[in-house]
Amino acid sequence: MRRVVLPRVGTVAAWRREARALARAGVAPEDLVWSVGEAAPDLFADAAGDGGAGAGDAPVAGMSDGLFAAGDGAAGAASATATPSSDPSRELRLPKAAIATIEAALCHSDPERFARAYRLVLALSAGRAAWGDRSDRDVRWALEAARSVGRDVHKMHAFVRFRELPARGPRRAFAAWFEPEHPCLERGAPFFAKRFGDMDWVIATPHLTARFENGRLSFEETGETRPPPEDATEDLWRTYYASIFNPARLMVKAMCAEMPKKYWKNLPEAELIPGLVAGAEARVRAMAEAAPAAAPDRRALALRDHAARVLAKPAPEGPVATLAQEVGACARCGLCRHATQAVPGEGPVGAPLMIVGEQPGDREDLAGRPFVGPAGAVFDRSLARAGVERSAAFVTNAVKHFKFTPRGRRRIHQRPDAGEVEACRWWLDLERQLVRPRVVLAMGATAAEALTGQGGALSRRRGRVETLADGTELLVTWHPSYVLRLRERDAQARAEAEIAGDLALARQLSEQG
Amino acid sequence: MAQRSLSEKLAILSDAAKYDASCASSGGERRDSRDGGGLGSSGGSGICHAYAPDGRCISLLKILMTNFCIYDCAYCINRASSRVERARFSVEEVVHLTVEFYRRNYIEGLFLSSGIIRSPDDTMADMVRIARKLREEEGFRGYIHLKTIPDASPELIDAAGRYADRLSINIEMPTETSLKDLAPEKDAGGIKRSMADVRMKREDSRSGRSWRGKRPARFAPAGQSTQVIVGADAANDRTILTQSSDLYASYGLSRVYYSAFSPIPDPAKALPLKPAPLLREHRLYQADWLLRFYDFGVEEIGGASGMLDLDIDPKTAWALAHREHFPVDVNRASREELLRVPGFGTKTVGRVLSARRRGLVRYEHLKAMGAVMKKAQPFITCAGWSPRGLLEAEHLRARFAPPPEQLSLI
Repeated sequence: MRRVVLPRVGTVAAWRREARALARAGVAPEDLVWSVGEAAPDLFADAAGDGGAGAGDAPVAGMSDGLFAAGDGAAGAASATATPSSDPSRELRLPKAAIATIEAALCHSDPERFARAYRLVLALSAGRAAWGDRSDRDVRWALEAARSVGRDVHKMHAFVRFRELPARGPRRAFAAWFEPEHPCLERGAPFFAKRFGDMDWVIATPHLTARFENGRLSFEETGETRPPPEDATEDLWRTYYASIFNPARLMVKAMCAEMPKKYWKNLPEAELIPGLVAGAEARVRAMAEAAPAAAPDRRALALRDHAARVLAKPAPEGPVATLAQEVGACARCGLCRHATQAVPGEGPVGAPLMIVGEQPGDREDLAGRPFVGPAGAVFDRSLARAGVERSAAFVTNAVKHFKFTPRGRRRIHQRPDAGEVEACRWWLDLERQLVRPRVVLAMGATAAEALTGQGGALSRRRGRVETLADGTELLVTWHPSYVLRLRERDAQARAEAEIAGDLALARQLSEQG
Repeated sequence: MAQRSLSEKLAILSDAAKYDASCASSGGERRDSRDGGGLGSSGGSGICHAYAPDGRCISLLKILMTNFCIYDCAYCINRASSRVERARFSVEEVVHLTVEFYRRNYIEGLFLSSGIIRSPDDTMADMVRIARKLREEEGFRGYIHLKTIPDASPELIDAAGRYADRLSINIEMPTETSLKDLAPEKDAGGIKRSMADVRMKREDSRSGRSWRGKRPARFAPAGQSTQVIVGADAANDRTILTQSSDLYASYGLSRVYYSAFSPIPDPAKALPLKPAPLLREHRLYQADWLLRFYDFGVEEIGGASGMLDLDIDPKTAWALAHREHFPVDVNRASREELLRVPGFGTKTVGRVLSARRRGLVRYEHLKAMGAVMKKAQPFITCAGWSPRGLLEAEHLRARFAPPPEQLSLI
C-alpha cells in the first residue's frame, strides 16, 4: 500500500503529475491511498520545476491543455512516487473532453475522488472504458461530480459578496468570506481576476484563500476565518433587495431552489427574507383594499392634455406626406396587424412616370420605404440602365403592408390575395389621382391586377402599351424579385435586361406625352 | 419637495422598476478587465446574484432613472395620474450605485428604464448620458440594458446601442386595440418601428463577414427584447403567442417576456380587479419555448378556446390531443418526431440521436440522457419498453393533471 499525499494548494495539478508518474510505473489503483494534507516536503522536492505546487502560487491558467497527451510527460516525470521501471507504453492517453471533466470532478468534496479518478484514467487510457458512456460507474461519477462542482463554482461567482477594506495603494481593496460546498476555490477564482481586474481582493474560504494583488492571483491556506468588517453599501443593497421584491408573487420554493439556504449566512440580503415573506400577504391585501382612482378625474384629464401637447407631432407638409399619413393609419384589411408599418408611395406630384410594385418586403417593412431591399437593388440597377431618375418618378406598391408568415426568426413573403389587393386599390387610386402620371409601369402580376383587374399572362403582355380607363398609358413588366427567384445566371440577366428595357420604354412614353 | 436621500430614491425607483420581468445578462460581446484598465466582464452565460422571495432572479440593478411620467398607462404604477411617491436619480447617482454594487459582486450590470419626463428625447438623452459615463469615464465593462423610449430620435438610439449590450422596448399589450385603450399616449406603430430600427442597425453593424461566418453585431450586441402584460386585457393566449411569433420573425428579438398582470398600489379603474394567475404566465413561457425550439406552430398550441391548459403543460396537452402520432419509436423516429415527445427536451433529443449511432437505445439509457420518463412513458417505444394500453387509456390525462383538491389552491 502506497500513500500519496497531495498539497492543499495546487491539488489538481499535483494529482495530475502523480497520476501520470504512477501510471507510467504501472501502479494499480488498489495499491494506493490518496489524501490531501500537510504537504510532506520530501515528497514534492523534485517537482519544484513544475510550477511549484504547494508554493502558494498555483498555475491557474492553462491547467487543462493537453496535460495528459503523449510527449508532454517531461515536466512531471521526476516525481518521487515514480519507480525507475517506467514504461512509455503506459503513458496516459485521454480524450480532451475527459480531461476537462475529470479535473473539475477532482474539486469535488468526495474523499474518494483521487482514487476514482485514477481508476478512471487508467481504464480510459487502456480502452476498458469509453468516455461518455454513462453506464460505466466511474464515467458517470466523473460527469456527475463535475456537474456538481460546476454548479458550486457558479454559485460562488454569484454569491461571493465583497466588502470594502481601507486601500493601501491606488487600487481599491475588497475582501469576502465564502463557504463553498466543494473545495473549488482554485477553479472559481480566475473568474474574479477577469472581472475585477482594477481592484485588489481576497476571497477566503474554509480551505483556501485567493488573493489578487496588482493583477497577480495567488492561493494560500486560510489563516483567519473571520468575515471581513461590515460595509455601508450593504444597507443600500438591502434596500434594493427589499424594494425589487413583488409581494404579489410570493414563490419561496423557487427562490430556495436557486439560492439554497446553505449560502444564506454569508449573503447580506438574506436576513430580510423572513420579514419579506411574512409581510407579503398583508401588503397584497392593502393593495386590493385601496380604492381604485376615480377615473379619469380632472387632474388626470389635465395630465393627459399636457402629454398630448408634449407628444404632438408636426402636421405633415404637402399632399404626398398627408396621404402617406392617412395610409399609415389604414386598417382596411388585416395585414396592418402583423406588419411594422404601411409603406406609402414616394415621389413628386406630377411625376410623368408612376411605378407600381407588388407589396413591401421584409426590408421595406422595416425601413418604411418602397424598393430598398434585395429587389430594390435590382430595381435601382434597372433604373440606372434605363436612364430613369428615381426621384423624378413616383414609386409605390399595389399593397401597402407587408404580408408574411412568421417562420422562426424569418418572415416568409406571402402573395396578397384578391381581397387585400382590392382593399388597397383605394390608396393606389388616390395616389394616381394625386400624381396624375402620363404612364404607369406595373411591375409583376399583383400590380397589373390592381391596375387592370387582370394579373395573368405577363409574358404576353410585357412590352405592349395598354390604356387604363382614365386614358393613362400602362406598361407591364416583371417584378424585380422575379429576377432574384430565377436560378440561372443567363435567365437572370435576360429578365433584368427586359425590366430595364421596359423602364426605358416607359420613360420615353412619359416624355412624349 | 424635500430632498430625498440616495437610499429613499433607490427604494422608490427600484420599487417602480420591478414590474419589468427581464433580467437576462447573457450573451453579447465578450469583455473582461484582466488588463487592469477597467472594471467588469461580460459575455457567456449570465449570473443570477440573488433571488427575491418572488422567485425572480436578481442579476442586474433594475431601476428607473425617474418615475415621473407624462404617460398615463392604466396598468403602470408610474402613470401620470397615480399617487405614488416620485423621485429622480441624477446621472452621477445611477453611475455610483452601479459601480459600487458591481464592485461588491451584487450584480452583473445595470438595467435602466425611465418614466418619460419633459419629452422622449430629453429622457433618452439622460439615459444615454448614464451609459456613456459608465463606459467612458468609469471603464465599466459589465452589462448594460437600456430601455429605449418610443419616438426618441435616431441619433440617441444610435448612441444607446453603442454603449448598451441590450436595448428593449415594451410592446405592453397583445393587440393594438388594448394598447390604445389602456395606454392612450403609446402608439403600437411607433413601438414596432423602434424595434425595426434596432434590427436594421444591428444588421448594418455586422457588415462584412468574418472567416467563421456571421460577425457579431457591434450595435446592441446582446440583442433586443420586449415584454407583454398578460391578463390586463381580454386577449387569449393564442393572440398573445401570435404576436410573439410575429415579433420573433420580424425583429429578431432575443426574448419576449410575459408578465402576469399584477396588482399595483393605487390601481386605475380600467384594470381587472383580479390578477392573472402566475401559472398562465408560466404556460405562456412553455409555449413560447415550443415555438422557438421545438418546431411548433402557433396554430398547434392551445385548445379551441385559444387558451392554454393551466393544468397541463402545452406539449403534453398537444400529445394528449394528438395520440395518433404516438407512440414514437425512439430508435427510428426523426428529430422532429422526438421533439414532440413530452419529457424529451432538446438536449435529450440530441443525446438520443447521437447514442443511436452507437447502438440500440434502451429504456434505462433514456433516463441517463435526461428524459423525464414519467412523462414520456405513454408516448414512446424503445428497446425494453412498450406503453401497451397506456396511450389509449381514458384516464391518461389524469396522470399529468394535478389532483382536483390541489386545483382549488391555484
